[in-house]
Formats: sequence, structure tokens, C-alpha cells
Amino acid sequence: MVASRAIGSLSRFTASRTFRCTGYICRNFTGSSALRTRTHVNYRVKGDVAVVRINSPNSKVNTLNKELQSEFVEVMNEIWASDQIRSAVLISSKPGCFIAGADINMLGACKTADEVRQLSQEGQRMFEKLEKSTKPIVAAINGSCFGGGLEVGLPAAFDMMLTGRNIRADRAKKMGLVDQLVDPLGPGLKPPEERTIEYLEEVAVTFAKGLADKKISPKRDKGLVETFYLTELTSYAMNIPFVRQQVYKKVEEKVQKQTKGLYPAPLKIIDVVKTGIEQGKDAGYLSESQKFGELAMTRESKALMGLYHGQVTCKKNKFGTPQKEVKHLAVLGAGLMGAGIAQVSVDKGLKTILKDATLTGLGRGQQQVLKGLNDKVKKKALTSFERDFIFSNLTGQLDYQGFEKADMVIEAVFEDLSLKHRVLKEVEAVIPAHCIFASNTSALPINEIAAVSKRPEKVIGMHYFSPVDKMQLLEIITTEKTSKDTTASAVAVGLKQGKVIIVVKDGPGFYTTRCLAPMMSEVIRILQEGVDPKKLDSLTTGFGFPVGAATLVDEVGVDVAKHVAEDLGKAFGERFGGGSLELLKQMVSKGFLGRKSGKGFYIYQEGVKNKSLNSDMDSILESLKVPPKPDVSSDEDVQYRLVTRFVNEAALCLQEGILATPTEGDIGAVFGLGFPPCLGGPFRFVDLYGAQKVVDRLRKYEAAYGKQFTPCQLLIDHANSSTKKFYQ
Amino acid sequence: MASILTYTFRNLPNTSKLALGFSVRPLSCSSQLRAAPVAQTKSKKTLAKANIRNVVVVDGVRIPFLLSGTSYKDLMPHDLARAALSGLLHRTNVPKDVVDYIIFGTVIQEVKTSNVAREAALGAGFSDKTPAHTVTMACISSNQAMTTGFGLIASGQSDVIVAGGVELMSDIPIRHSRKMRKMLLDLNKAKTLGQRLALISKFRLNFLSPELPAVAEFSTNETMGHSADRLAAAFSVSRLEQDEYALRSHSLAKKAQDEGLLSDVVPFKVPGKDTVTKDNGIRPSSLDQMAKLKPAFVKPYGTVTAANSSFLTDGASAMLIMAEEKALALGYKPKAYLRDFVYVSQDPKDQLLLGPSYATPKVLEKAGLTMNDIDAFEFHEAFSGQILANFKAMDSDWFAQNYMGRKTKVGLPPLEKFNTWGGSLSLGHPFGATGCRLVMAAANRLRKEGGQYGLVAACAAGGQGHAMIVEAYPK
Repeated sequence: MVASRAIGSLSRFTASRTFRCTGYICRNFTGSSALRTRTHVNYRVKGDVAVVRINSPNSKVNTLNKELQSEFVEVMNEIWASDQIRSAVLISSKPGCFIAGADINMLGACKTADEVRQLSQEGQRMFEKLEKSTKPIVAAINGSCFGGGLEVGLPAAFDMMLTGRNIRADRAKKMGLVDQLVDPLGPGLKPPEERTIEYLEEVAVTFAKGLADKKISPKRDKGLVETFYLTELTSYAMNIPFVRQQVYKKVEEKVQKQTKGLYPAPLKIIDVVKTGIEQGKDAGYLSESQKFGELAMTRESKALMGLYHGQVTCKKNKFGTPQKEVKHLAVLGAGLMGAGIAQVSVDKGLKTILKDATLTGLGRGQQQVLKGLNDKVKKKALTSFERDFIFSNLTGQLDYQGFEKADMVIEAVFEDLSLKHRVLKEVEAVIPAHCIFASNTSALPINEIAAVSKRPEKVIGMHYFSPVDKMQLLEIITTEKTSKDTTASAVAVGLKQGKVIIVVKDGPGFYTTRCLAPMMSEVIRILQEGVDPKKLDSLTTGFGFPVGAATLVDEVGVDVAKHVAEDLGKAFGERFGGGSLELLKQMVSKGFLGRKSGKGFYIYQEGVKNKSLNSDMDSILESLKVPPKPDVSSDEDVQYRLVTRFVNEAALCLQEGILATPTEGDIGAVFGLGFPPCLGGPFRFVDLYGAQKVVDRLRKYEAAYGKQFTPCQLLIDHANSSTKKFYQ
Repeated sequence: MASILTYTFRNLPNTSKLALGFSVRPLSCSSQLRAAPVAQTKSKKTLAKANIRNVVVVDGVRIPFLLSGTSYKDLMPHDLARAALSGLLHRTNVPKDVVDYIIFGTVIQEVKTSNVAREAALGAGFSDKTPAHTVTMACISSNQAMTTGFGLIASGQSDVIVAGGVELMSDIPIRHSRKMRKMLLDLNKAKTLGQRLALISKFRLNFLSPELPAVAEFSTNETMGHSADRLAAAFSVSRLEQDEYALRSHSLAKKAQDEGLLSDVVPFKVPGKDTVTKDNGIRPSSLDQMAKLKPAFVKPYGTVTAANSSFLTDGASAMLIMAEEKALALGYKPKAYLRDFVYVSQDPKDQLLLGPSYATPKVLEKAGLTMNDIDAFEFHEAFSGQILANFKAMDSDWFAQNYMGRKTKVGLPPLEKFNTWGGSLSLGHPFGATGCRLVMAAANRLRKEGGQYGLVAACAAGGQGHAMIVEAYPK
């Protein structure tokens, strides 16, 4: 769903695709000179085949921007006009990327829906021409091919609705997206990537010739449409208006359920398709460009584009190249986190030691890594041999053997300061001088951990999120003594592990835990006021959080939540109040630790999907019940009480310098805590929703509850000045 | 090629016939003039080393290599190995009790005779006091058998070794599925009727689908032909070049067969069938005919076809190797010395079949020789595309610098010295048996053609490779 995801990832595949040629004659109007050199698109004629090469200058990827589009149209017009040319091949000169879709900056630069609509229409015209080409066109795709890029390479007779999924090459062939696959080549007389593109071109040219000579027919047993919907019967059924209405209704319901109405795009796409089917192609295209224009101007679009840019920023190492690259990593503690960190490290080729205190603990951790890799084999993302090879990067052990070669040690032992101190001292006795000691903790201040270190400049915090192999965020915490090179090294390791990284200053709860804690306190308060956990979950997911608030407590672990709430409560006082800690304490004492113990707010059973409420909670909730305040207890108020506390604390983190930039705050909140992506993060939310409105809400709740809702100075400043924005 | 002609002048009346298949070169030097300079221009007079025993090949034989599914199809692997061993006994008259050890190479193992060397030796009438073991290293299994024997002799552990190899592709072990095997094994252990019924109740129809062995890399799951096609594409080897090379192999093999040069072949009376005397896979075709074939692996645009690949073959080979002094003491006139050898390995995905390119320079350097010193090249031809890709790799400075850690290219083996009696493409390629055939071809060619050094090289599954120098025994 997140637009940025489609562009950030690169599926390595090489494919060759043939257009279906319809018998329509398309004439071009301009006879421009073939000599002109263009910057994005050029072509050369080989025999009677034009080879069109797409190569955006100074960029790793080709994106569909205005220049590329207009040059492409020029080139295609020349090709259609030429008597010599009988067919064409489209290919990118960039290894690993065909066209990565529309240029987000181009869309971002548009001020009005009309501008976007025009862009969209230009694109449509281009695709329509391709679709109606009298000369066969073969798209030779090497690497990522997204969005509009896919449309260039697609049977243009069918416009796709795309979710943000990656489709592997062999799967694409099965779906009928591509006609032929070309396997990447190994070393020969040139670098493999170079020769692979050349070979792809050779194969594509042969196909283009064959199509033009009618030696190869572009026959396809099953087109996309057929695969997805149409057998003879359904195709007949779709001709009945009543059936069509039912299909639309079903699809809409499904989308509504998945998006909770928070993302406008999918519904509009269905609208467009409906228009196309009911009122014909032209109306469909017109509606598509209009709706696209409208969508580009929505808050959601701005929020998601902001996240995309933020993610790009947080995938760079602004601390420079570390003096020594980390090649040998050691992870202490083979628990959920430790094993997860080991997994994302070994599969990027880092030699990793996983150390635990007991054989049982170690075995559990090793099994977790193996299972993670095995799941990838099942999804065919890895071969079983690659899995074995990757797993060989992991050494499981109970002692400190080999630590003398470690470049970085990440400890992920239990969250207990004295234990962390013991581990730090033990490790420092065996590691080399350059080795970095990173602590994976969600709340213990790093400078307290570093207090017993002989070399505090080498101590840093690396806060991973669970499950490590799924959660993209890494929060790196620097103390005043942490050296810049240590930070650079930690960021480099995180990037290697595929993480999106924010770097924050040390302090209780750092950034992420600190923002979450007041919201959690409010969750408790709301539950005390008698809101059912299921209802609370639906209110929070309805606001855009991926996981409901009560479920989140169960997932994190009630004991952990209690621990954090106590620690941060001490550090920040009444601002973190509201809910009664007693609730968590009683839950812990009864063994309701959440998912891990099988019971929390809900009951968890292996294999049971629909979890039911834990009825034993009733008495606890009953004993701590407080009366709700009617003027601030509407569904909307409940939602905003949670979100404004979160946002207020985030702003305070920026105000206090824990956070360096609002971008990092937004990325951390969305990727680490599940802040609604459609809102773009707490800072983007303030910009788009309006700081004044946020402050007004806080004041209202402050009046009802007290200081925990007092807006911070930064928010007040923003509310007082209409020109102050976190993003200019 | 000049040396081939030298031999021809001396022994064969009809020279024009031999010259047919080769590009005609001026026959300027006479046989007497040629013989002397050959020895003088060598980098080294001999590869004998102080303190290391000389290892010699007394002789070697093979039964005819047949397309799988033909005359040998009802036999078992040890039957073929037995025939090769009997042929060796017959050819060399070696007293059975002097043989210290027998080693055989094989790839696809018959489970009943997993140590096929021992079963075949017993059946071939060798002494039951002679131990035997079986080795496996894909297509260089019998090379491994030879070099294992070499090690035993050179280190003074043994004096007389029989090394060989066997493959029977007509019958391969097709297994029950893992689930079925598990159920059958559990049934074996079940004690009561109830336990048995409980197990049987778990049976599902899909348990019956069999497991077939494939000629595919375990690590990459890619078939060798597919990898060969990608390799040919990586080195820009065209379909035509591949077909031409395959045609050359078949034409040369045909000639060698017609002229009786394949003297290592021994006849084999197949039980219940006629005596087989000749390889049956040699079938020179025309380029037009070959061009009609569709690609066999990368469809529809690949370049590797049935005609330019080696075919599935049944066959066995065996060699008698000894310490030189032992051979002489027994009154033998050896055919050749086995000299330096190397094994190499590289990426099993993209460089699966490039073993010869890596092994050739390494063995030459080890022996202190250059390409020019070699009079007979015998390379295993898995695919035309593989041979030609290796040629291009050996002829490329870029490849040498970027992948082999060399400053300059290895250099191209001259075609007139290369596989001049045919190769695996035409003679056939019983995986486990090819190595001995290569060494015997090199030894026999050196004897007939008058050269001194031969170089044997082969690629093997797993991205491995092998090369060995064979030195002619002075006449």
C-alpha cells in the first residue's frame, strides 16, 4: 500500500516481453531527424529492427518523467514513420532497472490536480499509441519494472491495477505478464551485467524479427485478463449488468475492509474501471486521468510521498564511511531479538557469532534463524543451497571464542542494567580495541550502560524492533561520548542489514519508546474507563494504526510495558500519567503477559485465528474502573486522545534535541511504531492537520484530565504562526 | 598435425585419406627432420622428479561406448566394469596376484553395488585378496581413480594399481518418494497389526510419485545443459560455431574409428546379444541437418542442442598403472608416464564448465611447461559450447585478469593438436569412465604421432576441473 515500497525494492529479473499487435494503423505527424541525440531515449537500427535504449542520465534508475516521455514519443514516431524499420525492441541501458515507474518528484512538483491530469493524459496517449502499434514491439526488461514502467512493457490492451507487490520473473511468466525469460549470464568476455543486457537485446531482436516476419506468433494461451477472471463462463456472466454490479460491490467491500477507507486510491481505481467497462474506453481514460489528478493532491498522497522521501533520506549514511568496515559481528543473547539481529546480518553476508549462556537458549535462537531462512525458501526467494550457504555465516557458541576478531558486538540480553553491565565488562576483556559495543535496548539509557565501559566512545545503542526480520526501522542512540566513527559504523551495519535508520540522542526511552509510552498510558486510562479492548482495537486500526492498541500491548509483552512505564514514569513524572500502573502490575502478577504467555487482554491459542477476549481480565478492569468523562469520550475523542499524546511527545523530542530532524521522527513513528502511514508521521500530521487544531484538542483534553495533555512549546509556536511548518 | 603426418609417412601407405579431414598444410618437412627438433624445443626434456617414483601406464582399455538404451541396457554397471577389467587382463596378461589395489570411478551409483570396483574385480577373476574401492567426482571420477592410484604408487604404498571407471545410464536408480520410503521403513519396525494399520492408514496416493535423479547441480538446481547454454551465451559462442565443432568431433572420431586408431577399445560379448566391437554414437551429420534441431535446454532461443552435446552413454574403462621399475621388472614396455596433475574448482553456477580453462595453465606451470610443449591435447567435450567457451576464456586477457588472477591470457590450444581422434561429443561420455579414455587417447596419440607431452583436461559437475600431463614413454 505504501507507495514508497514499490520503488525502494528491486527485484532482480530479466525478462523479455512481446506486445500483442492490434491491426490498427497509427500514423505519426512529425518527421524529425534521426541524427538528434537525446538525453533519455535513443535508438539504433539493427537490420530492420530499431533498438530503443532508455537511459536517464545521472540516475541509477529510469523514471517516467516529462523529458523521458516526450523523447520516447519522438523516437517512437520516427520508428513508426520509417520504411526500413519493421519492428522495435525497448531496452534499458541500466543493469537491473527497466523503468521504475512515474517520477515522484515530477508528481510532487505539481501544484494542481489539473497539472497531474495533463501528465496522466500524456502518458495515456503514449501507451495508447504503443498499444496500437502496427509494428511489433518487444520490451526487453532487465530488473525492476514498476507502475508506468510495467505499462510500457505490458500488453497495453489491458490496464493494470497494481498493489505494491513484487513479482518474481518466473511468476511473471506464469501470469502471462512476460512471454520469455532470459536467465542472467555469468562472466564471459565482459562483466556479467553488461553481457546480460547485450544478450537480452540479441534475443529480443531475434524475437522482434521473428514477429515482423510472422515466423513467431505472439500467441499467448492465457492473457492476464483470462488468468485472473475470465473463463468462458465468467466472461459470459460479466456481460450481464446485474452480475457486473455484484462484482463491483464485492470488490469494493473487500477494498473497504482492507483499507478501512483511509486510502482513497483503491476505490477510485475501481471507479475508473467501472467507468471504462460501463461507458467505454474513452470515458474510462478520461476518468482515470481526472481521478489520478485528484488523488495526487490528497493529504494521503502528500503523506505517502513524504514518507518515500524520508525513507530515501534514512537509507543514507550521513556520518560518512567508517574507518573500518564491520566484517565480523557478534550478537550476545539468542532470544527473539538477538536471533533476529543475527538473521538479518547473516543473510547479508556478515560473519556472525551468536552467543548465549545456555545450550537450550542458543538452540532456540539458531532454530529461529533457520526458520526465517526456511520461510524464504518456501516462498522461493532463496534456494535451499543459498539458505545453507547463508546459515554457514552463523556460528553458535556459549563462550567468547573468536571475539578477538569481532568488529562489533551487539548485546541483546535481558533488559536489566546490572546484567548489561556484567556483559559489557566481560566483552571488553576479550574484544580488540577497535571493536564497537552496541546495546539493543528499548528503554535503558545508553550512558548508564556505558558508565562501566573503559571506552565509552565505542559504546552506542542500536534499538531494533521485533520481529527484526520484518520491521524495517533501526533506532541508533548516541551518547555525548559516542564517537562519530562509531556512529558511522553502526549506521553502516544497519544499512547493510537493510534497515531504515534514525539516529537520536540518548535519553529515557530515546525517541520511539518515549513517544509510545504516553499513548500506552492513555490506552490504560481508556480501558479503565470501560472501553472494551476489542472496541479500542477497532478504533485505533480505524484511525490507521496497523495493530490495535490493546493487541499491541499483548504483542509487546505486558511485563515489558510495565517495566517501561515504571522507568519512564519515574523520569518524566505526571506527563506520563493518566492510566493506572496498577492494571499492568496485576496482569503481570496473574501471568497475563500477552501473546508470549498465551493470555493478555486476549487469549492466544496455537492455530486459532480469531482470538477471544480474556474473561479473567474483567475483574481486574472492574476493580480499577474510573468513570468516563462524557465530553471527551466520543469515538473520535478516544482516537485523538491517543494520537495527540503521541504527537505532543514527538514534538517535545524534537524540541529537546533528542530528534535531529522531523523526517527522522516521522520515519521512526511510521516504520517502528506503526503510526498511520496515511498521516505520514506525527510531524507531517501536524503540518497537514494544522498545528492550531492539534493544540486546541490538547487544551480541551488538558482541561478534562490535566498536565499529561499540556501542549509543548514547539507545538504552541507552530500554532501561533501560520508560516511555521515542519516541512517547508 | 605435422606429427600425425610423420607417422602416416612411416606406417600408412594411403596418406591422402588421412589428410581429408584437416586443413591441408604444406608437407614440407620430412619425418627424419621433424623427429629431432621436437625434443629439443621442449622446455624440459622430461618431467621426472628426483625422489618421486615414476608412475607409468602399462596399457588401458575400454569396452565400446554405447548410446544408453542400446546393447548394454539389460546389464548392471559392474557387468560393464567386469568386461573392461577382463579386457585389461587379456590385453596386458598381468599376473592377477601382482595387482595391489583396484580403484574405480562412477557417478550414478547402483545401490546394490555401491562399491562397484570390488564387485567387478571379484567377477572379473581378480584375486579376492586384492582390495578395491570406488571414488566419485562427477565427470572426472576415473581421473580421480587414476590419481588416487598415482598417489599410492608415488608414496611407495603400492606398486601395481588398476584404475578405471564405469557408468550405466540405461538404468538409473529411481526411488520411492521420501514419504513412501519413510512409511515403508516405519512398517518394517512396526510390531503389532494395529501399528501397521495405523501406518498404512496414513498412506496417500501422492506417496507413489517417484523421485528421479537429474543431471542437475544440487546447489543451483540448474541442469548442466542449461548452464552450458548460458556459458555459451556469456562468451558469445554462436549456434553455428557449436554445430561446426560438433561436426568436427564426429568426423574425426569416424575417421579414427575407420582407420583403427581407437586401439583402446576391446570387444565385449554382451550376454544374450551380439559381440559389440565399436562405439555406436559416432554419427557425422551435415550442418544443415544439425541446424534443424531445436534447442534442448533454453527454449526457444538457446543454442545448445542434442547434436552439439555429448549424449547419455554406457561404458567402462580400465588402466594398468605401475611404478616404472616394477613394470620394467615384470617385462613391460610402458606406454606413458603420468606426470603432474591438478584439481580446480570454481563457482558452480556461472562457471560450472570452465574447469579446463583454470586447470590447464595451473598444470603447465606446475610442470614447468608451456602450451607450445604440448603435442596432444585431450579435453573432455561435454558440450560444443563448453569447449568453445573454454577456448574463448583461454584466449581472453580480460577473463584471465578478472577471474583467473593472471596478467595475460592462457592461450589457445592449436586445433590441429586438439582431440584429433574425436571426443566425448562423438565417442560418448559414460561419466565415470571418460577420464581413462582421455589419458589413453593422449598416450596412444603420442605413440602414433611421435610427440612427447600430452595434456588431458576435463570439467565436472560441482564446478570442478582437472588437468594432467601425460609424457610419452621413450620408445
